[in-house]
Amino acid sequence: MIRRLIPHPLLSIVLALVWLGLVNTVTLGNLLLGAFLGLVVPMFTAPYWPNRPKLRRPLVAARYILIVLWDIIVANVQIAWIILFKRNADFRSHWINIPLELHSPEAITVLAGTITMTPGTVSAMLSADGRSILVHCLHTEDPDHERDRIKQRYEQLLKEVFA
Amino acid sequence: MITVAMLTAFGCFGLGLLFCLWRIAIGPDASDRILALDTMVINVIALLVLYGIWNGTAVYFEASMLVAMVGFVSTVAYCRFVLRGDIIE
Amino acid sequence: MPALTEALISLLIVLGGVFGLVGSFGLIKLRDTMQRLHGPTKATTLGIGCVLIASMLYFIAVKGSVSFHELLITLFLFLTAPITANSIAKTYIIRNVGKKELPATGRRHGWSVYEDPPGAPESQPSPDVRAEA
Repeated sequence: MIRRLIPHPLLSIVLALVWLGLVNTVTLGNLLLGAFLGLVVPMFTAPYWPNRPKLRRPLVAARYILIVLWDIIVANVQIAWIILFKRNADFRSHWINIPLELHSPEAITVLAGTITMTPGTVSAMLSADGRSILVHCLHTEDPDHERDRIKQRYEQLLKEVFA
Repeated sequence: MITVAMLTAFGCFGLGLLFCLWRIAIGPDASDRILALDTMVINVIALLVLYGIWNGTAVYFEASMLVAMVGFVSTVAYCRFVLRGDIIE
Repeated sequence: MPALTEALISLLIVLGGVFGLVGSFGLIKLRDTMQRLHGPTKATTLGIGCVLIASMLYFIAVKGSVSFHELLITLFLFLTAPITANSIAKTYIIRNVGKKELPATGRRHGWSVYEDPPGAPESQPSPDVRAEA
């Protein structure tokens, strides 16, 4: 019963918070309206999203977010440096194939987004069965090292989060 | 001090818009042009936010949020059109 | 407004401008499309993030009210940048890159641009998720 009423509890909370951010003032009326939206929208969109993503360890998830934020800042400085001071002839761009151990679509989405936002890599597409991800690397001397780094730094943590 | 900083930033983002325009003009492939348009949208959002600070009003945030959403949807729509030859299947 | 706050806000605004400029500059400097994709997705997004944080600090310092709009815009941009990058990469691959130029998946199924997914034509949850549902 409760599962039918609130199919995605996290989505409900996020929707309410986003509504409060949009109206930009916290009053009782807005709080109620936000809660109403958070209840109604997931109820009506539940058929399009049948699996409930399981977020096992919130602490690991928080750590993951912090690591990714830090990496985004480092990535930007690196990319800016490469764009400004590296001659075009010196670029060694590679396609990398990363076999995935993750299963759930949500986890793969998060990993693909992380890869795009972090140093020198852009995720380009998945394989047809969704078990490999194709990554383009702007500049690397050693593609295998890059693959192992992504697997160790991000995928290990994501495996714990979406166990 | 903020005035100088903002003038610098206006100059930077304006120049960025010109670079994007150049890429749209010469871009050898459709995907280059889509990428340049997407970058243009991001630069425009930054300009809008800066203009909001310049005038000291929060009115421009709604505008920049709308530009962000329209920009995202239009980029994805362009890509789908090139990929599938159709936007809504 | 205290001088320190003012300096911080100015620094963030200038940093944002510089990152935005570098991202757009990468667009005209780099040689092929996949390389160009790296500039806007990273540098420009951080640039706009800096500007939005500066704006948030400015409105806190001047008006004394916290505004959540900037946070929402930043979040929206950080969530959508990978998706647009992914779509553009796919568009580029399907038009310009042959099957032979990409590394093999090393499994029975190839890359999704060239092959249909096995099984159902639409969404197909992985086996363990399906068992649970």
